[in-house]
Amino acid sequence: MNYPGFYPDLFRVTLPETALEVAALLVLVIDLGFLRKAALKVRVAVAALIGIAGCGAALWALQCTARSGLSFDGDVLLAQGGYTQVAQTGILALTILTLLLFIGSAFTRHAGEYVSVVLMAAAGGLIVSSAQDLLVIFIGLELLSLGLYILTAFAKSSGKSAEAAMKYYLFGGMSAAFLLFGFSYLYGISGSTNLNKILLASFYSSASGGAPLLYVALVLIAAGLGFKVAAVPFHLWAPDTYEGAPAPAAAFIASVSKVASFALLISISTAAVHLFDGVHELRFVAFTLGPPPKYLGLWIPWSLILTVLSAASMVVGNLAALAQISVRRLLAYSAIAHAGYILLGLAFFSHSNASANAILYYILTYGLTTIGAFGVVDVVQRATGSDRLDAFLGLHKRNPLLAAVLLVLFLSLAGIPPLVGFWAKFNLFAAVLGVSAGPVAFALVALAVALSAVSLYYYLQVLKRAYVMPAVDETPIKAHPVTMAVLLAIAAAVVVFGCFPALLQNWIAGF
Amino acid sequence: MLAWTIYLSFAGALLQALLPKGRNDLARWLALAFAVAGLALAVAGFVAGMGQGRVIIIDAPWVPTMGIHYLLAADGISRVLVLLTGLAAVAGVLFSWNIELRTNEFFAFFLALIGGVYGVFLSFDLFLLFVFYEIAIVPKYFLIAIWGSTRREYAAMKLALYSFAGSAMVLIGLLAAYATSGSHSTSLIDLAAYAHSGGLPVSFQMWCFPLVFTGFAILAGMWPFHTWAPTGHVAAPTAASMLLAGVVMKLGAYGCLRVGIWLFPHGLDSWGFTLLGFIGSWRDVFALLAVIGIVYGALVALAQTDFKFVIGYSSVSHMGFVLLGLMTLNQIGVTGAVMQMFSHGIIAGLLFAIVGRIVYERTHTRQLDELETMHLAKRLPFAAWAFVVAGMASMGLPGFSGFVAELQVLVGAWTAKPWWTFAAGVGIVVGVAYTWRALQKAFFSDRLPTADEHPKTGWHNLGAITWPEYAGVALLTGVSLFVGLYPRILLDTIEPAVKALLAGGGQ
Repeated sequence: MNYPGFYPDLFRVTLPETALEVAALLVLVIDLGFLRKAALKVRVAVAALIGIAGCGAALWALQCTARSGLSFDGDVLLAQGGYTQVAQTGILALTILTLLLFIGSAFTRHAGEYVSVVLMAAAGGLIVSSAQDLLVIFIGLELLSLGLYILTAFAKSSGKSAEAAMKYYLFGGMSAAFLLFGFSYLYGISGSTNLNKILLASFYSSASGGAPLLYVALVLIAAGLGFKVAAVPFHLWAPDTYEGAPAPAAAFIASVSKVASFALLISISTAAVHLFDGVHELRFVAFTLGPPPKYLGLWIPWSLILTVLSAASMVVGNLAALAQISVRRLLAYSAIAHAGYILLGLAFFSHSNASANAILYYILTYGLTTIGAFGVVDVVQRATGSDRLDAFLGLHKRNPLLAAVLLVLFLSLAGIPPLVGFWAKFNLFAAVLGVSAGPVAFALVALAVALSAVSLYYYLQVLKRAYVMPAVDETPIKAHPVTMAVLLAIAAAVVVFGCFPALLQNWIAGF
Repeated sequence: MLAWTIYLSFAGALLQALLPKGRNDLARWLALAFAVAGLALAVAGFVAGMGQGRVIIIDAPWVPTMGIHYLLAADGISRVLVLLTGLAAVAGVLFSWNIELRTNEFFAFFLALIGGVYGVFLSFDLFLLFVFYEIAIVPKYFLIAIWGSTRREYAAMKLALYSFAGSAMVLIGLLAAYATSGSHSTSLIDLAAYAHSGGLPVSFQMWCFPLVFTGFAILAGMWPFHTWAPTGHVAAPTAASMLLAGVVMKLGAYGCLRVGIWLFPHGLDSWGFTLLGFIGSWRDVFALLAVIGIVYGALVALAQTDFKFVIGYSSVSHMGFVLLGLMTLNQIGVTGAVMQMFSHGIIAGLLFAIVGRIVYERTHTRQLDELETMHLAKRLPFAAWAFVVAGMASMGLPGFSGFVAELQVLVGAWTAKPWWTFAAGVGIVVGVAYTWRALQKAFFSDRLPTADEHPKTGWHNLGAITWPEYAGVALLTGVSLFVGLYPRILLDTIEPAVKALLAGGGQ
């Protein structure tokens, strides 16, 4: 078959990804070709700056491309505009921040390779967040995941890093298999790999009694994607990976990869909900077929699965975090809990943009905050050699600015106003109740709010050591100036977006 | 003008945080300057607001997509409580003049807390109020955990978790109300008008009201959720316990009134059936809890061996009067409740200052048994007489602010249900007893130490009373006496606001 204009279109739509890949190759060439003899500091700085320039070019390309998306034979492969563009901008911005953190955290001699892998993973993230076709989704996810496995293992001299990468890889391979298995069922049911066509087909299939197979497919897909967002019970990799991976890589995994995965979940939920707009077809089916089916389309089973994952993640994440003594593991369990809140927003998803906007707001601000948190943990860990709670003792004396940043970020994660974390939760819960004010939605929101009260306890455990308990060692902790500047900028953003929540909301709603 | 109390306090907090270490005197004077400026604004706002109804200070869209406004306004109740906050802030700074550990950080948290409190009293938007309410929680934790005494980390965490649990309940209730009303405004004025015109279903109000009310009442020290209060008060440094008892517990009571009662007018309606023969509505339930709090707090205070615990439990008892006053739902009872908020804020601040700062910082013990052997009336006559005055005010003797407040609550309660008055009356009698007992043991006992008691703890030089202490005691006793002798000055401001609030809002 010949589709004139497809390749020019492809190039036009994937210009940001192309920019990232070019930058990735450029980093390798320059670092390995020209800077062999340069000092490590210089190489790290040059590599990171090229990476940042690549992200900048991609951001620019993102603004310039038309918002029509890429279609093949009438089916949309890559979407553009709307929530996709917000997520992609977020991915690029957060990638820039993690690259900046890398400058101050030279844990490896392989600066060029590190930045190159980060850029390729980010390109995978861009594809994931715009993909509307099962094959494209899978390719994007693999590009992203392979990058993450390598990044986790990047601290080559650390046994923990290798162990974490191995666990992550094994779990990841397994979940990718589940995901593919689920996709194959969907393809079998619908005969198409396009999300919208699948959902249309599933609509007829459920109406004619093919529902159990749909359930199986959806459960398998939820298992695959639940792994990506670290939802209980597919979360077991998260604590080990967060603990073992080098800090900038952990920050990347906790932020960029989460943004991409949740953007994908938004795509699926949007498509699933969307079908209910086709009221005419609903009537058509109801009149032409026999006994009424229990449900139509994918929405009800999908929502049910997400609800279960959400409740389990909120409860397990928050309760397990209470018992942690390693701050990185604590952040991992808190990430699981936050994923639970977001899944709640996906399970009660609205036709309008309200839910998608609330979820994007949450995941972008969460990504920003968690990058900052990993930045602080990294500085402390370099100075004390440990990420235990006790490593934070007396931080307010050892580095008052760093302690202040920690205070702002952790209180934001706990959802204390007027920091941005509060508005994220608030928007999300309001969106959930806006979709359904029934007892189930209400009970789940009540559970989420109650558990975020619980979460204050473990965040305060860290802050208590930083501010309250007496210091064992009072030698000052020095942070790299770039790291410090990034952390201060993040803390300032958390405060400013918190005091003026409309800034970010309007920006997201503007796409 | 009143809005600047908020901004000034936060600016002061920021300035203190940025102050270089070791400039303790500068930090103190700066804190005093900011607190006095806040008080001056509060007084000016109070005087300017006399005879006026609700005045909108600023109304700007804040989160337009959700209809949230940055809406600050003041009615009579707000103005009185803002005045109380200003007084408590100045007194608090005066009584923490001797803080040497991380002085600038102490005042940074202190002023941040004060800023949050001003914000709550002036917010007329549902979620703005909630934001300020939560801002006040975190500084409390650090004030107690860093500068506190007895089991401070435990007490601070307990207080923070109780507060946060309470605010979680409030948030759930507010979200539900927001979703149910389906309105595009979260202004309390609009929502109250909506609720009073029958917008919110009665059945919804019936379950949402107790949620919100209990959430706020936790911070007001309602029995049986009061246990954070005595431990928190005892562990806190003097200024923090003054603020806790003085204004933070008022935040809870204010929330109960401003959000709970105003927004859910039918939440207190009769259920249509009775439990145990006398509980037929949420109003009966909360009134019962308030009365239990009054009597229980007083009885427990009577049995304490630690001087500060006596005051801590007396706060629970006195806050019971506030809640009881709210539950009368009549003009005089609710006015009395607001009056009691003001009066208890002043008197509890004074009591905590005497016990925590003037006595404890010199004797290094708060055990009544040990204080007995120290003959403080002779050695610290100023403290003794200050406590006599504060104790009389606390017992509710005529001439002090407490008398006017409690009398009105009791009259209101009599109008509503006479048995409430009898039960609360028991609390007043026991109140006389525990105050008398503490006074006698701590100051006027002439028991000599027995052989196995170590007299050395008591007989070191006690140190002279410093000027900030004189100034603080004079300020607080002066205000209590002035309001007691001339209650009209507050009542004229409170009464119209309460009337409007009970009628549904529009002024």
